[in-house]
Amino acid sequence: MLGLGKKDFTLLLIVAVMTLLAPLLLNPFPESSGLAQFNAGYPDLMQRFVIFGIFAIGFNILFGLTGYLSFGHAAFLGVGSYGAMWMMKLVSLNVIPAIIMAIIVAGIFSLAVGYISLRRSGIYFSILTLAFAQMSYALAYSVLTPLTGGETGLQIKSSDTPLFSNVADGDIGRANLFGMDMRASHEVAMGDWLFTFNAGYYIAGVVMLIAFYLSIRIFRSPFGTMLRAVKSNQTRMYYTGLNARPYTLAAFVISGMYAGLAGGLLVAMDTQVGPERMFWTASGEVVLMTILGGAGTLIGPVLGSGAIKYMENILSKINKDILHEWFAFLPAGLDDFIVAIVYPFVGKGWHLTLGLIFMGVVIFLPGGLVQGGQKIGGLFRRKKASDNDSDKSTQSTPAE
Amino acid sequence: MEAIILQILNGLDKGSAYALIALGLTLIFGTLGVVNFAHGALFMIGAFCAVTLSRILTASYTVIDESQTDFLGNPLKVDMPYVHDWFGQATGDAIIDWAVPLSILFAIPVMMLIGVIMERGLIKHFYNRPHADQILVTFGLAIVLQEVIKYYYGANPIPTPAPEAFDGSFDFGAMLGFDPNMIIYPYWRIIYFVFAAIIIGGVFAFLQFTTFGMVVRAGMADRDTVKLLGINIDRRFTIMFGLAAAVAGLAGVMYTPINSPNYHMGMDFLVLSFVVVVVGGMGSLPGAVLAGFLLGILESFASMGAVLEILPGLNQIIIYLVAIIILLTRPRGLMGRKGVMED
Amino acid sequence: MAILEVKNVNKRFGGLQALGDVNLSVEENSVHAIIGPNGAGKSTLLNVLIGKLIPDTGSVMFDGQSVLGRKSYQINQMGISRVFQTPEIFGDLTVLENMMIPIFARRDGAFRMHALQNTFSEKGVVEQAMGMLEDLNMADKRDFHSASMSRGDKRRLEIGMCLAQEPRLLLLDEPTAGMARADTNNTIDLLKQIKEERNITIAIIEHDMHVVFSLAERITVLAQGTPLVEDTPDKIKGHPKVREAYLGESA
Repeated sequence: MLGLGKKDFTLLLIVAVMTLLAPLLLNPFPESSGLAQFNAGYPDLMQRFVIFGIFAIGFNILFGLTGYLSFGHAAFLGVGSYGAMWMMKLVSLNVIPAIIMAIIVAGIFSLAVGYISLRRSGIYFSILTLAFAQMSYALAYSVLTPLTGGETGLQIKSSDTPLFSNVADGDIGRANLFGMDMRASHEVAMGDWLFTFNAGYYIAGVVMLIAFYLSIRIFRSPFGTMLRAVKSNQTRMYYTGLNARPYTLAAFVISGMYAGLAGGLLVAMDTQVGPERMFWTASGEVVLMTILGGAGTLIGPVLGSGAIKYMENILSKINKDILHEWFAFLPAGLDDFIVAIVYPFVGKGWHLTLGLIFMGVVIFLPGGLVQGGQKIGGLFRRKKASDNDSDKSTQSTPAE
Repeated sequence: MEAIILQILNGLDKGSAYALIALGLTLIFGTLGVVNFAHGALFMIGAFCAVTLSRILTASYTVIDESQTDFLGNPLKVDMPYVHDWFGQATGDAIIDWAVPLSILFAIPVMMLIGVIMERGLIKHFYNRPHADQILVTFGLAIVLQEVIKYYYGANPIPTPAPEAFDGSFDFGAMLGFDPNMIIYPYWRIIYFVFAAIIIGGVFAFLQFTTFGMVVRAGMADRDTVKLLGINIDRRFTIMFGLAAAVAGLAGVMYTPINSPNYHMGMDFLVLSFVVVVVGGMGSLPGAVLAGFLLGILESFASMGAVLEILPGLNQIIIYLVAIIILLTRPRGLMGRKGVMED
Repeated sequence: MAILEVKNVNKRFGGLQALGDVNLSVEENSVHAIIGPNGAGKSTLLNVLIGKLIPDTGSVMFDGQSVLGRKSYQINQMGISRVFQTPEIFGDLTVLENMMIPIFARRDGAFRMHALQNTFSEKGVVEQAMGMLEDLNMADKRDFHSASMSRGDKRRLEIGMCLAQEPRLLLLDEPTAGMARADTNNTIDLLKQIKEERNITIAIIEHDMHVVFSLAERITVLAQGTPLVEDTPDKIKGHPKVREAYLGESA
């Protein structure tokens, strides 16, 4: 189906259904219950799930397949965002030209950065990409202020009159898709549950599905096999008459374009951009997402970005009062003690949890959540059929 | 001329910090083959050693001073540092005033301990893992350390002044025969530079003239062969890690009066220090020091008004620009050795 | 006719003359062995042949074209395949995928962006790869993770990958180094089979005399960077100069 094997198609289908039903699935707790703050089914967060999913899927094409660890991918996301922003300010408030612009700008920029950075590999490559990204950040912050808005960034203002959009005098234009406002939401109340179906989320969701589908195709293509060959053994590659450089460059540009697409979508959703989007911690975040989910696997980056964005949004909202509420059932004194222990890890301290999880994954589970799932799945399977496939143990398991 | 001398001087203190951090990074990379993204965090922890000590020294209890009254006529409450009780008022005040230099004594054991724990508890398990894994796990550790500091000390910079004796500036211009007040340089920055030079000299002397240092240098050149000689290189490398951590920590301690420490200063310096290491040549100690000062001074020159008029924003990107050019034209860096990290 | 012609090649490393006036020609469809004691310059010569080192003087011609100054993948595309001392295979890939890569390379050249086709439904590639694996008696291992195979199997796969490119010259660098006796014999048998079944020139650099004498048709003895003698195996065995320079030590 769609040029995919049965397993891959099933995977795509599952992701598609989950994306479609996310507003329901992510709101499992009734509004009035104390657990309602764990609901993730609000448009803003769901948009971030899929957009950073795209970012991580693209990063995974580079890092997961070729093993080149870029520490500067946020630069491409940022550049894409600026490109999309200007398209919206000047040409049209329709998101499609803005997103296309984002992809093109990020593609060109990543071609230039990749062409230079890929002359080196290993740690040198990581540092070169980091240097480029930091340079872009510094420039966006200072000299390029006329283009980037400097520290405050760019927003759509009432003075912006895009060429092909009719914005009434004094009105602030809104991003749309052929007239459909990105912020348009349809709310459905069912009993104590409230579900929000947001236009922007579904548009981003469809784009994410296309991006995911393309990444499956790339993974399963001869090109994808060549990229894995680059990671595996460059010497053999060169002595098989293959030039590894254009392969890595192509992978770099593709992942840069994915980043640009994500950047364009971010602008399409919230119509603003600032230089902090390019800061190197943002590059670190996408590395984290990919690793956490499982680098080199298909579904890993989607899981990883979801997990991290969920934690960022939910964990960071928990404050001392909420904790006290939760542990109120404990005897007095003990609840204060527990709250004191838990508190550093939530709210403003959620980065601490993030860092710990990150270390834990790298130390104990280099294959990320996907490998963890496989291990757990393997435990159950082994119990069922412990002896009839012992001779297959040396066979490889294809990447999921 | 005055401007040039001034810029060189201005570049020296930042360059000293770069050089000290890069030195530690190179020691760790050269001996253990590990790319340590948590090294900036060690610099930051060093700075917070100074903050901690000055807090300990100023720990006080409240007394009611009957001789003074506030505007309502009530007796004034005065914070009474414990050190006043122990050493008397004058000595106590001097101790508090000298908190930053005193922190050196406090930071050395603390930093060495942190370094050794880090190496034995975490880094050791990553010697045979890919560089990407080393980068990632130390990056995770850096986040954790930074967040712990943020939790206990807050997100705002904490001013930690130098002893009063070092307030004010030295007039270099007058000394060299220029007009007075043309080239002035704060005393503490001179101290920082001298301190950095002493530390760097100390590390080099240690490596050059002790048996321990000789073994370590041999290990940097060829780890496997040294192991074959039956020398327990691992234990020495653990100590080396502690030493590198102490160097980074001391760089942090002494930097506090120049820049009030905050929890993310480590990361800010780390990125630049990596660039410094790469420019200097991965695994080359003199290269790291040279590149540290060079880039510090270059950065300072790029921030001159005259330069910024022609090339605005150059000060923001100069270091990265130099790094990119160096990496492309001299892949091994300024003084890199053949065979180190060539892939 | 000579397919590979090395003329007056000199290479110095500082004060060391690694190669001095090397002249060598490898006849088409022959098996030519290059032997010599340690430090004789075998590796340096090999690195010159595959373009990794550029000699100070002299020329290396393959089928009438110079190989000097070309990149390793370009030299490979001229028709020279190389087998390494430690098997260089794509360890993360399965045996079948390993075998498919040289077939793609032969079909598509140094780079082709075929990003949307499916690897396993590319016309004829799987069939060719499986055919090659059958020739190697490795068809049953097609889904094995290649890094976890024995050294002998890795070597077998590597040779097969080189053959799948249908090279005109196969360069082997100590192909049995570090191998158990059984694996060594298997490799020798495989190379004999290749020699009989395919139109291919084989140049082999080897330490193990058993391997050299069971395969080679001509042997060049290298000593101190210079070819000492070149002759048939029988003559080499009895050659006094060779005994003195090389066999004398081990005989």
